Amino acid sequence: MSDLVKSLRRGEPMIWFTGSALGISILMIAGLIVVILTNGLGFFWPKPLEQVTLKDGSVFLGEITNREAIPNPGHTDHLRKQRILLRVGNRDLYGFDFKWLNEDEIAKREHPKDAYFVERREYGALIGVPVAVKENERTLAADTAAARQALPGLIGKAERDRHAVERIEKHEIGDINYRIEKARLEARRLDLVARSEPGRDLSREREALAKTTAEQQALFQARTAELQALMEKAGTTYVTFQSAEGGAKELRSLDIYRAYAANELSWLGRLGVYTSRLWEFVSGNPRESNTEGGIFPAIFGTVMMVVLMCIVVVPLGVLAALYLREYAKQGTLVRTVRIAVNNLAGVPSIVFGVFGLGFFVYFVGGGIDRLFFPEALPTPTFGTGGILWAALTLALLTVPVVIVASEEALAAVPRSMREASLAMGATKFQTILNVVLPAAAPGILTGLILAMARGAGEVAPLMLIGVVKLAPELPLDGFFPFLHLDRKFMHLGFHIYDVGFQSPNVEAAKPMVYTTAIFLLIIVVLLNLTAIIVRNKLREKYKTGAF
Amino acid sequence: MLMTNDDVKTPRDTGLRIRTEVKAASDAPLPPSQGPDIVCRDVNLAYGDNHVLHDITMDMEDRRVTALIGPSGCGKSTLLRCLNRMNDLIDNVRTWGEIKVKGLDVNAASTDVIEIRRRVGMVFQKSNPFPKSIYENVVYGLRIAGIGDKATLDEACERSLRGAALWDEVKDRLQENGLGFSGGQMQRLCIARAIAVEPEVILMDEPCSALDPIATLKIEELIYELKEKYTIVIVTHNLQQAARVSDKTAFFWLGRLVEFGPTAEMFTAPKDKLTEDYITGRFG
Repeated sequence: MSDLVKSLRRGEPMIWFTGSALGISILMIAGLIVVILTNGLGFFWPKPLEQVTLKDGSVFLGEITNREAIPNPGHTDHLRKQRILLRVGNRDLYGFDFKWLNEDEIAKREHPKDAYFVERREYGALIGVPVAVKENERTLAADTAAARQALPGLIGKAERDRHAVERIEKHEIGDINYRIEKARLEARRLDLVARSEPGRDLSREREALAKTTAEQQALFQARTAELQALMEKAGTTYVTFQSAEGGAKELRSLDIYRAYAANELSWLGRLGVYTSRLWEFVSGNPRESNTEGGIFPAIFGTVMMVVLMCIVVVPLGVLAALYLREYAKQGTLVRTVRIAVNNLAGVPSIVFGVFGLGFFVYFVGGGIDRLFFPEALPTPTFGTGGILWAALTLALLTVPVVIVASEEALAAVPRSMREASLAMGATKFQTILNVVLPAAAPGILTGLILAMARGAGEVAPLMLIGVVKLAPELPLDGFFPFLHLDRKFMHLGFHIYDVGFQSPNVEAAKPMVYTTAIFLLIIVVLLNLTAIIVRNKLREKYKTGAF
Repeated sequence: MLMTNDDVKTPRDTGLRIRTEVKAASDAPLPPSQGPDIVCRDVNLAYGDNHVLHDITMDMEDRRVTALIGPSGCGKSTLLRCLNRMNDLIDNVRTWGEIKVKGLDVNAASTDVIEIRRRVGMVFQKSNPFPKSIYENVVYGLRIAGIGDKATLDEACERSLRGAALWDEVKDRLQENGLGFSGGQMQRLCIARAIAVEPEVILMDEPCSALDPIATLKIEELIYELKEKYTIVIVTHNLQQAARVSDKTAFFWLGRLVEFGPTAEMFTAPKDKLTEDYITGRFG
């Protein structure tokens, strides 16, 4: 008994109690990172292909993605038997991608060396054995060995052709469409001008417009013809794959993105496939309603929105904090405002989304459209969700954090330093600009770091004000004014939600949720790291004397 | 051979040398004073309902050192801060009575507070250099006055640092910050900063209270040199310091000026009983 009392007096139980709370917290955070990393990073690693023959004679070929005990409550075999989940691919042939197989029904399991895993443009993965290559009814390869030999060359050519097609389709024809659309809007604007000023002669403008439109239309025809020719030339080679149970699929070589003989890959070969997939994921555009391809537009959209948010939130927050701390007469009113600002940080983010939609999008954006873009109406330009409104709404959401941190930073600047400046004949503004703000800059940046961490991860308000599942264009491109703040954009946070829960092929998309989450984390960490490095540099620079 | 100051000033012997110098300086005849530089007439000050200065009337002479002494809370620092209106920074302060610095009415509505502070420099109890380079610290006052000419700034920087006896110690690292400076060096940097704008008056609010004896003596030596050009008002708790550096001393008690006269008289034959008690250490 006295031992317990002694130990209580020394405070040992408290040490254990508090220490374990910290331990649990760290364990949970570490667990989060481990779960996301293990689930996400393994996704791109090529798995062996297993051919499973069941006792009833049916054959399946695919990657084993899961193994679990079969639940059968109330029976003796409850959780005694195992089943495996096979990713069989070939959705166009079977109508499903994944198949559960009970292990006690399996007669034979083998790893055929000719089995290929093929990533293609649509219908998800194709898993089968290449048996022939044909070009316009002319057979280039008649057996598996020859077809396998031809495959790498075909894939390389397909990639080059796809680049050529994309260049014409997206960039050249895209540019032409952009100019035609511009001309159309300009013509509508002239109509509006003509209506408001009936006497004005607009024939010269109209003529110029008609000429531009005709030129672009001609260009469009030429490019479309070029594209068609290219497609005809590139799209003539077909590879025939035989699926496990004997069905055959002729696949246009142009549609093949990647193909490898999974069971024959060396360790280095696997690593090659892994890196190439990872690179495609980071730098590519999404395919197949986001379940395949890359997340580059989402990364770009996230970073750009956060940067825009910072550009807005820092001046706004710092100026507000300056007023509260330096200029306002400290009293009940300022105290109330301060409490209100603190509480603003706790308002649910979706509320800000609703506000952003009602105020920025409909009111401000609608107003801008009526004033500056009447020719495009009823199609809204700024009167719909866009990256600018998203950034502004998030700035509003995070401004309390910046205000609070900036206020603390300003309050921490010693009074003696201000007095020194004022006693030199500096005005209050000069003192703030030359002495107070530089000394408070590291603290202000701490606020910015917190704001970025919050803003980058926010999804709910964005869904109302500009985030989309698939944005055809980035908000930054080669057309004046280069930065298109009215455009909708993609966001990693929303991408996670979309891929995981809105996708037609949930089982295939599940690992992508984790992989995307990793990238969201990486982006947030990188953005924060940048700010932290800047802050430490400033701290070093504005270190005060020896006191 | 002629020995310059710099040759002799090794840290070890500074203390002794300054002592003799100070002694010598106080014996030397002072340059003629131009008459009263700062005139205070019935100066009163109240923080809200707390009346802290009562009818202070005193003149501080041109190119002389006036020391303000007295126990804590007697109002000597407050009076000092009245002279360049630093009390404006505090809410709820009322000042009445007349203060004139070189004929300029400090408290008049028409007087620009920036102008006053430019003419009346101040050195604080705790040295407060800005987190900037030594150079930028010194030229701060010029920069905010809108002077950007490099040559002017360089010249002012060297002149002020020489004036504050700091030039030889820092001339090779002007662009570094004062990190690693001793307290005395930092205080001299603050003095250099104050004299860079060429004020007429320098106010010192216990400039040596955070310094060790050797650094204190260096500052005192500096006050002697500065006296040739500037009118100095110094608040100090250190009675020996007041006796060493000042020409006239004012003794404050509970917000009232008890006695004001030549330092030598004040410390040898105080007229007031309170002054005598304070000086002899019976209270305070």
